[in-house]
Order: sequence, then structure tokens, then C-alpha cells
Amino acid sequence: MPADLRARLGQLELPNPVLAAAGCAGAGRELAHFMDVARVGALISKSIMTEPRTGNPAPRLTETPSGLLNSVGLQGPGIDAFLQRDLPWLLSRGARVIVSVAGQTIHEYGALASRLSNAPGVSAVEVNLSCPNAEQTGRPFALDPETAGQVVAAVRASLRREIPVLAKLSADSADIVGVAGACAASGADGLSLINVLLGMAIDPGTVRPALAGTFGGLSGPAIRPIAVRCIWQVREAFPDLPIIGTGGVRTGRDALELMLAGASAIAVGTAIVNDPSACSRVLRELEEELAVIGADRAADVIGAAHGTHRTHGGHGTYEAYEAYGVRGRLSRGPSRWG
Amino acid sequence: MAPVQVRATVLTVRRVDAYHALTLVAPAVATKFRPGQFITLAVGGPESSMLGRRAFTVHDVRPDHGGTVEFVFEVRGPGTRWLAARHARDVLDVVGPLGRPFPVPREPCRCLLVGVGYGSAPLFGLAARLRERASSVDFLIGGASADRVFGALTARRTGRSATVATSDGSLGARATVSEMLEQVIREARTEVIYASAPVPDLRAITALAGRYDIPVQASVDVAMACGTGVCMGCVLPVTGTDGITRIVRSCVDGPVFRGDLVRWDDVGTIPFDALGAPGWKPAPAREPREPRDGREGREGREVPPPAAPPSGAARTIPSTAGGAEGSAPRASADSRHAG
Repeated sequence: MPADLRARLGQLELPNPVLAAAGCAGAGRELAHFMDVARVGALISKSIMTEPRTGNPAPRLTETPSGLLNSVGLQGPGIDAFLQRDLPWLLSRGARVIVSVAGQTIHEYGALASRLSNAPGVSAVEVNLSCPNAEQTGRPFALDPETAGQVVAAVRASLRREIPVLAKLSADSADIVGVAGACAASGADGLSLINVLLGMAIDPGTVRPALAGTFGGLSGPAIRPIAVRCIWQVREAFPDLPIIGTGGVRTGRDALELMLAGASAIAVGTAIVNDPSACSRVLRELEEELAVIGADRAADVIGAAHGTHRTHGGHGTYEAYEAYGVRGRLSRGPSRWG
Repeated sequence: MAPVQVRATVLTVRRVDAYHALTLVAPAVATKFRPGQFITLAVGGPESSMLGRRAFTVHDVRPDHGGTVEFVFEVRGPGTRWLAARHARDVLDVVGPLGRPFPVPREPCRCLLVGVGYGSAPLFGLAARLRERASSVDFLIGGASADRVFGALTARRTGRSATVATSDGSLGARATVSEMLEQVIREARTEVIYASAPVPDLRAITALAGRYDIPVQASVDVAMACGTGVCMGCVLPVTGTDGITRIVRSCVDGPVFRGDLVRWDDVGTIPFDALGAPGWKPAPAREPREPRDGREGREGREVPPPAAPPSGAARTIPSTAGGAEGSAPRASADSRHAG
């Protein structure tokens, strides 16, 4: 019998735990030729800002080992066009939409949340905290617990209570657990872990930085171990806080790894660049992985890699016992290096 | 027509002077293809550390084996080196056809097809289509040296005229294509130019054609990582028919653009007056639209509304830069960074 794939992020219920990550699925239309946008658990739309934005000059992207480095610079149509054109299209196709927002000031985040509060069909709002804070010399909000918490509080205060707020954190922060705690204390209903990592490449041919923006965000399988570490740490510290795992998921096995670390759902990002049908493939492969290990429910594997001494899922010792039992059943002995 | 993602079997890989030509059995791509469109391939296999797809304009489609697709490329990095090492019966992950094809004039006219390097590859399918519509076809093709001129024989065989130029004089005239252009335009009494070449050549071609009031459809060769529009990597500043400059993706809004609408001098920059540029302010009554994202173009674009160059007066070819109308051509381009 196929596993029960339903996923839950706080109040938000999704038919399956495989999402499309922000910035890698546009607003869905580009991918509709290759997959059914209603088939993914949810589509997280590319971070939207208040005004239309050109983004950075080219070259914006370069390939690195098992990764991509980008400095697209949040090119986008602005919230008006998104609400008038992109969101209705996604909803008309039956997609569940998590809207990612990005701002240059705390006020801009709040203003965006106000616009989304009354928009029909917003399943959740993901707060992209990796934007430079224009009021603090461009230091990204995500780096400090205090500023991250302020942004989350501004979004939470401007958004209907029924719409969950998910904070997307950066592993560039020296204290991602601290940032996670600040976001939770400020009203975040869940977290997305992790955003891109700041990186750089130099083209020896031009003897110049490979990207016009000099630095770029590193994504792809190259960062997956960092995502797993961050998910693990945050899950240890806040076992009740739902996590969307993002970072280098390319296969169903990768998705399973992030869920074992503690993610309630996972988002496929850079793999979509390589394979436009990656989301539906990862979902299929995750089902196969779950079948192999005999898990009846995708939810059973969440955090199952953790020790059994602490409670899981916030439901007391019964859940802990469950997790222990699941892990006992799931384990097939160590995987080998091929 | 909507692109598809298929697993395509390699039929042949052959060396063509400095380049390689790879032929795939891909009926679903071949039947939808229009000259100027491109395909992308994943390279290195399913566990590859190379995540960017490689994009190539299609050289030729044929009906044999249910439909084959051939593209021409240069080895410039590990990805293209991997492709050049494929063998018959290998299976590749292919997406296509992508992008806006070359618009074809509704009424017959005198067309000049200009290609530099492997950029000539998409021009021969276009030439066949133009001849079907009773347009005449002249060729001007070139490259750095004889082994970097693609299709000179075919051009001579099928063109009303064919001019070849190489920088080192090893084939045809010792000149660049741009340097030969004025002479060819005059002799051929060219009415429309189709060009597929590196950006500096396209800039020069468009500038000269402008002096003769000849419309240019330019297929750009810009590095792409996804080819489907999600990664936003392959952008150019292009002025729409509404006069507003937008930062557009060459994969979905191109790769063929109306030459006079591309801001060639500003490629690689964000012009200060581009929609959404830093400091840019929305006009009072603006239509909230995405910076030239032209998604509607995707749906509306299938059949390039062949804007007929009304013989004589204002000759235009369907705008391609703008948004929904459109049309045009090709793209080839191994992701520059990655090769």
C-alpha cells in the first residue's frame, strides 16, 4: 500500500511534502509544460517585492561543482502584478501557493504582508530574510536574531492569523538556532531551512569575478550537508516548530534525508534548473524510498534520525516512543559508499 | 508549441571542422520545431556535478526515425566535452523546442541570412522555410578561420548568393562578416536580415542595417542555465514596442529579437531607465506588468505572426522584443561559464 504522503506545517495541511522552492519555479507558468503545478505539495513563488525590480546585470549565474552560484538580485514584477496575474493563474491550476516576500526594510515586509492578507488563496507566507537591510548598511536580516525577529513580527502583525508565517533562514548566520528562536518568539509558525550560502567564483579567463554582482548565492547538492546540519540543530532546539527543508534536494533519497533530520516537508530548488520535472520526480522517488523502508506515513520519518531521549512532535512521550519504533523499523544498516 | 522533456537516443555524433554535430531521435521535439528555436540538454548523467543545462539552437530536423533533431556545438568546457564524447544509442535528457522562432514575412521579400561561426546552424532551416514562402535567400557567413565557418557549401548550394568571409582569409574574403555586410546588402538589394552571431557582431549588423532601414531579426547567443525561464540568468535589456526598456530573458522572450529593440550597448548592464531599475519610478498610469517577462508570449507565440513587410514602405518584421507578439529565433549557447 502506498504511504500516506500528507504533510502538515502547523495549521497548514498539504497533500504531500514535496514543494517547489522559492526562486526556482518562477510563478509556476514556466514549469507547467513539464509538470502539473497542482501535483506538488505547494509551490513557493519567487520572492516578491513591492515594486517591479530589474535585478542585477549579467552575468548572473555560474556553475560550480554540484552547485549554482547566482546573483539574480530578486528581479520581479512587484506585488501588484503578482496579485493580478501570477497568483490567480496558479490558483486556477489548482496549485497551493506559499508566497515568498522580500523587502529592503522591515516596513516593506509588513506592507507586503498587508497586501497578501486579503488576497484569496495564499496558503502561507514565506519570509525571505536574506535580503540586505537597507537601513543597516546592507547586512542581511537573516544574520541576526534581533532583526530577523523584527521582520517576522512585522509580517505576523500585518497578516490574517489563519495564514501561517514561515521564516526562511540563512546558514550564513553564525547562530541559526538563535535566529530560529527569535523568529519563533516573534510569531513564526514554521521555518524554511536553508537559503543559499554566500559564495564567489572568479573566471581565470577574464581575471574578474564570474558574476557581475561579485558575490552570489550558492545552491544545489553542494550545500545539502549544511542544510541537513541546520535542520538537525533547529529540530533539536525546537522540536515543535515545523520545518521546510531546502538545500540541494535532487532525489527522493535526498528528500528523505532532510525529513529524517527533522523537516516536515522539503522544497526542491536548484534541481529544477537541471530538470524541469524534478519536483514530480522527487515525489515519485520519495514514495519509492518510503516503500523500501516500510514507512506507512511520510510523517513517520520526520526527525526519525534524532535520539530517542527527547520528545518528538510536541506530543509527549507517546510520540517519542513512536519515533523510536519507526527508527527501529526503518533502519536497514549503514549505507555504503558505492 | 509547448516544449516537452524527453529521453532522446543519440543517432550520431560527428566532427564538423572545429565543431561537433549531434543528432538525436526526438520525434516529439522535431514535430513541434520551428526554425530559430533551441533545445537544452542535461550533461554528465543523472548524478552529474554539472547542474546547468546546455542550450543549442537546432540546425536541422528530419522525418527519419520518426523525427530527428541535430545541433552544432563547440567544445568549450566539461559539459560540451562530455557531449562530444557521446555515442550512438546513448540516451540524453532533452527539452525543446524552446524559445521564439524566426518570424517569417507574410509576403515574399529578399532575405539576407547572416551567420558567424556555428551561429550559422539555425539559418538553413530558416532558409528552407523562407523559400517555401517564395522569398529569396542570400547568405553571408563567416568565422575566424575556414574551420569555423559552418555550412559554407550548403549556403552556396541553396542560396541565391553566398558570401563567405574569414578573419584570416583562409576561406572567402579576408574580412569580418560585419565588414562585408554593406556590400552584400547593396548587391542583393536586401529587404530583411536574419542574423545569428555573437553579440558584438549582432550589434554591428543591426547598426548598419539601421542606416539602410532594413529590419533585423537577431538570434542571440547568451549563456543559459535552465532554458525554461526559471533561473533568470540569460537576461538582456530590450525595449518593448511601448518604448519601455525591460530586462528580459533570452530563453523565453528570445532567442530571436528584433535587432533595433535590443540595447546592444547596454548588454551586461541594467540601464538606468529600465523598468524596475534602481531609482526607477512607476509612471502614473502604468500597467502593472512584469519586467518584460512576456509570459503571455509563451502561449501566444506559436505561429509568429508573420508581419508582412509591406513591400516598399515601412518594412517590419513581427516584433519580437515586446511581449506577446512575436517571434523569432534561436539560441545556441552552451552555458558560457560551464561549457
